[in-house]
Amino acid sequence: MSFDDLYRQNILDHYQNPRNFGTLPKPDISVEDSNPLCGDKIRMDLLVEDGRVTDVRFSGVGCSISRAAASMLTEEIKGKTLEEVKQIGREEVLEMLGIELGPVRLKCALLALKTLKVGVYGIRGWNGEAEE
Amino acid sequence: MKAETVERTTDFAALRKDFPILERKVYGKPLIYLDNTATTQKPLAVLHALDDYYRRYNANVHRGVYKIAEEATEAYEAVRGKVARLLNARSDREIVFTRGTTESVNLVAHSWGRSNVGPGDVIVLSEMEHHSNIVPWQLLATEKGASIRWIPVDENGRLDLSRLDALLTGPVKILAVTQLSNALGTINPVAELIRRAHAVGAKVLIDGAQSVPHLGVDVQALDCDFLALSGHKMLGPTGIGALYAKRALLEAMPPFFGGGEMIREVTTSGTTWNDVPFKFEAGTMNIADTIAFGAAIDYIQAIGMDKIHAHGVSLAAATMAALREIPGVTVYGPPPEERGGIVAFTVDGIHAHDVAGALDREGIAVRAGHHCAMPLHARFGIPASVRASFYVYNTASEVDRLAQGVRTAKKVYGG
Repeated sequence: MSFDDLYRQNILDHYQNPRNFGTLPKPDISVEDSNPLCGDKIRMDLLVEDGRVTDVRFSGVGCSISRAAASMLTEEIKGKTLEEVKQIGREEVLEMLGIELGPVRLKCALLALKTLKVGVYGIRGWNGEAEE
Repeated sequence: MKAETVERTTDFAALRKDFPILERKVYGKPLIYLDNTATTQKPLAVLHALDDYYRRYNANVHRGVYKIAEEATEAYEAVRGKVARLLNARSDREIVFTRGTTESVNLVAHSWGRSNVGPGDVIVLSEMEHHSNIVPWQLLATEKGASIRWIPVDENGRLDLSRLDALLTGPVKILAVTQLSNALGTINPVAELIRRAHAVGAKVLIDGAQSVPHLGVDVQALDCDFLALSGHKMLGPTGIGALYAKRALLEAMPPFFGGGEMIREVTTSGTTWNDVPFKFEAGTMNIADTIAFGAAIDYIQAIGMDKIHAHGVSLAAATMAALREIPGVTVYGPPPEERGGIVAFTVDGIHAHDVAGALDREGIAVRAGHHCAMPLHARFGIPASVRASFYVYNTASEVDRLAQGVRTAKKVYGG
């Protein structure tokens, strides 16, 4: 395939078989967000015990990049403390995806992280791009 | 069929040499540019006009009495005449230069709207409007306590006019509607809409952002009150567009921006306004891009609007036929003869962004998203669509490459 370099096999795998997909019945943290550019929507549910993420689910509609990033993030944060989750930045997400992204698709890649940050910080207005 | 006869008499592929960007390769493949609804590419004539102005007669307009200022003023005002003739306006004075369609609509909503729309009044829009023909009216309605009614869109992407009489009942002040949908390509029966709106005393604004480049517009035949357009969607530079308005309306409207050039006399106790259209052109305007827009109009008129429209229809028809052969592809909107060169589609199980991303790797530039028409996408229950839109330099072989690219995307994503 001519663009294997971009769509690495693991992105397609996470897109087609998303990990931790769904919702939690009684989440401690539940946040929804959307990307107004492409109409992507995401919801992230977290169970938190003693400041640690014990379970997580995500749901919504999105392209392969946004869905794979969300799927990978859920695997990454399960078992981590909220303080550790706060340390995850855009570089970590891009590393998980393993591809170069232009400014538009970057928003797809960072939607899940943005949503997660709103959840763990409990605030709106977290800006992934400004974090560098 | 009309489209085919015209195709035989005009060699559109030969125009490609006028567009330097079409020589570009993307990911090692020739650029296939199919996002003309967003913006078109620029021919050498437009690039040269920009360069020539800056190199030879860069000066402010309407102010200096020296040679190059006069040349600049002449060139700038000549374009006003070109726009007036393109639209068949009665007079050059009915053409106000703006940054584009968005500014033109905002000018009307702000200037005409604030003086003519009050509490309880009604503004009528359609569900297929671009956000630029929705949001300015929502701002006005909120400020004035007016309400907005929507002409619905049927499942074939046409305006549903079955309840138009009810929508046009009561204190309806303005109907603002697109003549050619940027998302679906639908050509709307604006002449009928204008007639029926006028019958109840409402004014009509036509969003001509797509119809002026793709269809050609005669404002006198339509009898619209306002028409908004953008230069960059018809081979011109970004940052220049126009508002057509009937002279009497412009005369009665208060200014939009205040500043230099839009005044007759300024004193410490007050100011009187310049004549139309200069009343609406405050400050130094976008002179270079206006002059280059004139070169774009010349280029388009040399081809002929009927031929440009027929070319778009024939490419849209070919695209719809090719895409419908691919299982899982849904094409939106009416049949080719009721549209311009615009085709929106979705692929089952594959997000529009992923289709566009896969096409991008084949060198094909299409739009993916809601195309600034979120209410329309909500109407069809889809978050986003892929849109291919054509202009004079596109070819039938590019349509084949598009269809091939969609098949490739399906293989990659297993759609």
